[in-house]
Amino acid sequence: MSNNLVLKKGLDVPLAGEANPVVMKVVRPDVVAVKPTDFKGFVPKLLVKEGDPVLAGSPLMCHKQHPEILLTSPVSGKVKEIVRGEKRKLLAVLVEAGEQMQYASFPTGVPDKAADVRKVLLDSGLWCAIVQRPYGVMADTQVTPKAIFISSFSTAPLAPDTEFTLKDSLEDIQAAVDALGKFAPVHICVNASVWSSSPFHKVENAVLHTVEGPHPAGNVGVQISHIAPIQKGEVVWTVDPALLAAIGRLLRTGKLDLTRKVAVTGPAATHLGYVTCLPGTPVEQIAHILPDVRVIGGDALTGENLGKNGYLGFFQNQLTLLREGYEREWFGWAKPIRPKVHSTSWCYFSWLTPDKKYDMDTNLHGGPRAFVETKCFEDVTPMEIFPIYLIKACLAGEIEKMEKFGIYEVLPEDLALCDYVDPSKNEIQAIIQKGIDLMIKEMA
Amino acid sequence: MADEKKTGLFEKGGKLYWLHSTIDAFDTFLRVPGTVTAKGAHVRDGIDLKRVMIMVVIALVPAALFGMYNVGLQTSTLYGLDWSFFHMFWYGLLRMLPLFVVSYVVGLAIEFASSQIRGEEVNEGYLVTGFLIPLIVPVDVPLWMLALAVAFSVIFVKEVFGGTGMNIWNPALVARAFLFFSYPSSMSGSSVWVSKTWVGSLRYVDAISAPTPLAIANEGAYDAISGAVGQYSFMDMFWGFIPGSTGETCVVAILLGAILLVWTGVASWKIMVSSIAGGLLVGWLGNIAGATQLPCYYQLVMGGFLFGSVFMATDPVTTAQTETGKWIYGFLVGALAVVVRLWNPGYMEGMMLAILLMNTFAPLIDHCVVTAAVNRRAKRILNA
Repeated sequence: MSNNLVLKKGLDVPLAGEANPVVMKVVRPDVVAVKPTDFKGFVPKLLVKEGDPVLAGSPLMCHKQHPEILLTSPVSGKVKEIVRGEKRKLLAVLVEAGEQMQYASFPTGVPDKAADVRKVLLDSGLWCAIVQRPYGVMADTQVTPKAIFISSFSTAPLAPDTEFTLKDSLEDIQAAVDALGKFAPVHICVNASVWSSSPFHKVENAVLHTVEGPHPAGNVGVQISHIAPIQKGEVVWTVDPALLAAIGRLLRTGKLDLTRKVAVTGPAATHLGYVTCLPGTPVEQIAHILPDVRVIGGDALTGENLGKNGYLGFFQNQLTLLREGYEREWFGWAKPIRPKVHSTSWCYFSWLTPDKKYDMDTNLHGGPRAFVETKCFEDVTPMEIFPIYLIKACLAGEIEKMEKFGIYEVLPEDLALCDYVDPSKNEIQAIIQKGIDLMIKEMA
Repeated sequence: MADEKKTGLFEKGGKLYWLHSTIDAFDTFLRVPGTVTAKGAHVRDGIDLKRVMIMVVIALVPAALFGMYNVGLQTSTLYGLDWSFFHMFWYGLLRMLPLFVVSYVVGLAIEFASSQIRGEEVNEGYLVTGFLIPLIVPVDVPLWMLALAVAFSVIFVKEVFGGTGMNIWNPALVARAFLFFSYPSSMSGSSVWVSKTWVGSLRYVDAISAPTPLAIANEGAYDAISGAVGQYSFMDMFWGFIPGSTGETCVVAILLGAILLVWTGVASWKIMVSSIAGGLLVGWLGNIAGATQLPCYYQLVMGGFLFGSVFMATDPVTTAQTETGKWIYGFLVGALAVVVRLWNPGYMEGMMLAILLMNTFAPLIDHCVVTAAVNRRAKRILNA
């Protein structure tokens, strides 16, 4: 243990519906979707057509400008459908799973050189598991990062417990850390409260940090900003722990096996627990979905609305099921007490019941307004930035100010709580994303 | 059913679409909108601006109620009328009601029309402004003047900047400043702070005056032994049995409001504390330097100092946005207010101008604080 990071600011959103630590079922999907939209900065070029046979690990598409970056199929079978949206935008490639899982084979063992690690990751499609900061885009094959960060835990609402999901994956994780260590020093942040029981604390060849505090303490961006802040021109890579295990499995077995335990969570879920499945699995195969329920891939703050007929995304280890909040409450804001509604503001009385979990829905609880109360943003942002100034710089599209106020250090997920607490109901994450998109465009 | 009806007439393309902001405002006033999150976080906190603003209005209620009683009390005292408590309160209530009605009707009409023009929902900010304005003007101010001041401040201080949240100055204070500079005879002097329009017309005694303690102190009528300013003792000023604008006199009522605002986190305690500290410091210096005989804590209980510190300086839109900036901003508000009181014989109430001036400088304070913090951090990272 080299460092202990204690964060005070933040908020654990008291959402009901935590997953029980049991695997409820193992889903073998009939069809999986590979969605290029899961990867920021990926411009897809198809390499297959409908009816083509594929193995698990066979390429389906490549990056138009960097053809060495591939997206591969997580299952074996044949290409069922190419799904396109408006202006023929490629949305997904659907692969029908065959009877038996057949794997494309990749070299085994941890390579000695970074170039060889890069090659095996690129060929297997797992290069896309690496997220590059600033901007949260897919990693550039030409750059060497100053560090690689892995947050071994998540503090997001109802996030899957990596202690449970990765308890048997220590060897895979070690192999992946060894391989990524060829590029740059690997930093792993472990939850301080479960330090000794975490599968990560035994990992070697990495700098370990312990982190404690409320959400977003588990966000890798927050950890980086305290441990090794990203300056202009610097690059840091991050890898999700479940994908880290997949990289290790690839290196140890020579097979692309993206199997993961997905947490089924949320107040509208009929059964709470974990489901073993692959990314791209149809959500209806993972969870039972009631009418008027929103299916979110990821957590309730940053997740993606997948829709009832959607498919689990590449980076998603969690489904959150929430009732749609169409119901209009009479005199909602004027009632002295609203026991069913959570609020961090002391204008309500949620502070009386700090341990209560709330059956939240997707209601906005108000209308959009100009910024009035902005201190609440600082209270939930444990980084040395001024959130409101960064947000305003993004709104104004002023590059220099965005740089000054820390655009290199944040992704929308790091300010997701600002969305939650804002009484003016501004879409902070969307504003930040717009700012990041502008930076990418202008700095290219 | 109500929803369907509304859709037909007031939705885009409907006959009465031009009224939709107004209808939405009333509709969402009664029921939380059924809007669901479309992007960003899928779940949201229960707090909205309606709740925040209504907290400020509730915090103002004790000061308003006491003010109504005090309007009756001052009139009764001035004319030697032997009114009962309820009579005093009733008189004050009747005198204040027209002010509230004019303030809200004029202000909200402009607010609704502007929202409609911008195609936005009506913002709740005026709920507070409309309640503040009657509390900080002389109770006998002619209603047409009040209407003019409200219209000026809502249009030129708020709406032209884009509505609540975009304004630079506190609109309620600008309304008062507008009156002060446009109609000084109705707004200053020693004869405007006690209501006598109604009583006065019965037994017409026009020139009768009832100077505020601030005015008396300005003349130097301070009795160091009893601690009284003119005929008013310190406790009179503390409890608020003195002439003045309706909301500002009672320290206890203002403190009740302050407790609610600080408790709910709606207003910044840092601004309140630093403003009081600034006022006390300058009051103390002034006392030492011989600019006044008054002990420094008298500055807090006289005039609009405390009311301004608690309700006006803390308006989240027009103050400094950074936490360090709030300390600086509040301190300068308090200090400047007392500087104006002590070293400006022409105009003894400095709070209004101090806050408006600091509203203007709040972005500059923030700029300095933020730049300093960013540079400090950059240097630290570089050295690390």
